Amino acid sequence: MTGAVAETDVPTAPAFTVDGEPLTFVPGQTLAAALVASGRVAWRTTRGGQRPRGIFCGIGVCYDCLVTVDGRRGQRACLVRARAGMAVTTGEGDDG
Amino acid sequence: MAEPQDLGGLPATREPHDLVVVGAGPAGMAAAATALDGGLRVALVDAGSALGGQFWRHPPDDVRDAVPTEDLHHDLRTYRTLRATLAAHERTGRLTLLLDHHVWTTARAADGFTVHAVDRGRPPAERALVLRAPAVLVATGAYDRQLPFPGWDLPGVLTAGGLQSLLKGGGVVAGRRVVLGGTGPFLLPVAAALAARGAEVVAVCEAAAPSAWLRHPAPLLRNPAKWAEAAGYAGTLARYRIPVRTRTGIVGAEGEGRVAVVRTASLGADGAPLPGTERRIEADTVGVGWGFVPQLDLLLPLGCDLADAGDGTTAAAVDAGQRTSVPGLYAAGETCGVGGAALALSEGRVAAVSVLTDLAAPGRPGVRPLAAERRSVARHRAFARAMAQAHPVPGNWSAWLTDDTTVCRCEEVTAGAVRAAGVDGPATGHRQVKQLTRAGMGWCQGRMCGPAVHCLVADRAEPYTSAERLIATPVTLGALADSSALPAGDTPTEPT
Repeated sequence: MTGAVAETDVPTAPAFTVDGEPLTFVPGQTLAAALVASGRVAWRTTRGGQRPRGIFCGIGVCYDCLVTVDGRRGQRACLVRARAGMAVTTGEGDDG
Repeated sequence: MAEPQDLGGLPATREPHDLVVVGAGPAGMAAAATALDGGLRVALVDAGSALGGQFWRHPPDDVRDAVPTEDLHHDLRTYRTLRATLAAHERTGRLTLLLDHHVWTTARAADGFTVHAVDRGRPPAERALVLRAPAVLVATGAYDRQLPFPGWDLPGVLTAGGLQSLLKGGGVVAGRRVVLGGTGPFLLPVAAALAARGAEVVAVCEAAAPSAWLRHPAPLLRNPAKWAEAAGYAGTLARYRIPVRTRTGIVGAEGEGRVAVVRTASLGADGAPLPGTERRIEADTVGVGWGFVPQLDLLLPLGCDLADAGDGTTAAAVDAGQRTSVPGLYAAGETCGVGGAALALSEGRVAAVSVLTDLAAPGRPGVRPLAAERRSVARHRAFARAMAQAHPVPGNWSAWLTDDTTVCRCEEVTAGAVRAAGVDGPATGHRQVKQLTRAGMGWCQGRMCGPAVHCLVADRAEPYTSAERLIATPVTLGALADSSALPAGDTPTEPT
């Protein structure tokens, strides 16, 4: 049962879900940092022009990176520290 | 020195405080440490998960080993010393350290001030907290100044500070091929950090002329540490063969869903792109910064006097002791005008000495250390002024806009719409243009587009002042429902 050995020796990276899909992160990263590390720089659509948006200022000022976290809308992904089991949903538009 | 109220079932911060410091960057850390050493009881509040602010941004303490970032930092010795001092005072109970706490407003009270914060350390819960103290120091720093260009709203275009915060805070490189642009010395450490983490920095486009620093030699010569720092970055850039193109601007970004091509051009003396000099560079990431804008959200509603910072922005007006015009209210660091970490450290210490003096605390430091700090402030302020003159916003930067370039990212207002609303002349002002076009009325409340809209429609001789905002961060009504001590007249809601 080599599989069982591997399971105990290799620590599992923590993960949250993005629109239902698991995304692993390095502890301490923000949601935005974890998304960018996975290659995603956009995860929202503007209300007027239907334009893609995501990370821009990275410090909580521009509000371009909004996501819904565990049902709470309008959260800045660059400020929310990722935690295992969080449910993040994206692309809901920018009307908060 | 009334008791802080705990309104949300938090473990109580029951110690009364003499001073609330908002912002735990270099200025706030230095101020808190000096005030604590002088015998005061201090609450230090910051929205981040770790001490350090943007300059010393770190991953949270409990996971710091997982993301090594030490090599990306400058002057970590001072950071560690301040951390150790603060930790010692936290153990004695005289420091209340409130990380992950977003301050959304401050208000005057009968015996000082109330500071209204929301604890977001355990999402999705939000808990409201009100701190009271006779003295408040606002050290909330600054954010990148942005000038729009066609395509700046494409994914993959970030602020230079955003690229740096991803690197320092989470060890994340935003892309593989990066072009940096704008103006100011901050572009150099960002380029160095990106390269150190494996990104290919294709070009650093600096709008200023290479000789610009030489016009103000005296302040530069009096700050040899700055020379050494610059030489360090220059060495890193040379090692990674990163070209710095002066008098060059990023005038466009193109791509489907993410930036794929960056357009750059040589800039004339007035800052307008020179015809026939445009180059197309393949890149997946762009970082832009035109200096910084002081973060005055908490100071403006308190009505403290403002001053022209000399770089096109407005800052808090302070006396030689970092006192604002409002008794009991102090400011230090970039809120008093952008000038870097060394200046912020000295201003923080000077501000704390003023608090100790004004509260007649016994542990005031001697006259000589204070005089040395004040000399340091004067020297670094002179340096900051020289930097601002060497790295101005180009006078005719708007020449690279097209009518359909987005200026207000939130409300998607174009340059054409802003210009049409401003045709009545500078008297119109950016606030009236805001009413006419909704530019600056979205989630960010004009923080991103405000300086640009001001340039497009207002009298350029006047520095940009951000709109007065009562709410520095959106707060849910749920968290506020717990709060029984709202400042009179506030109507806290999320922006629409």
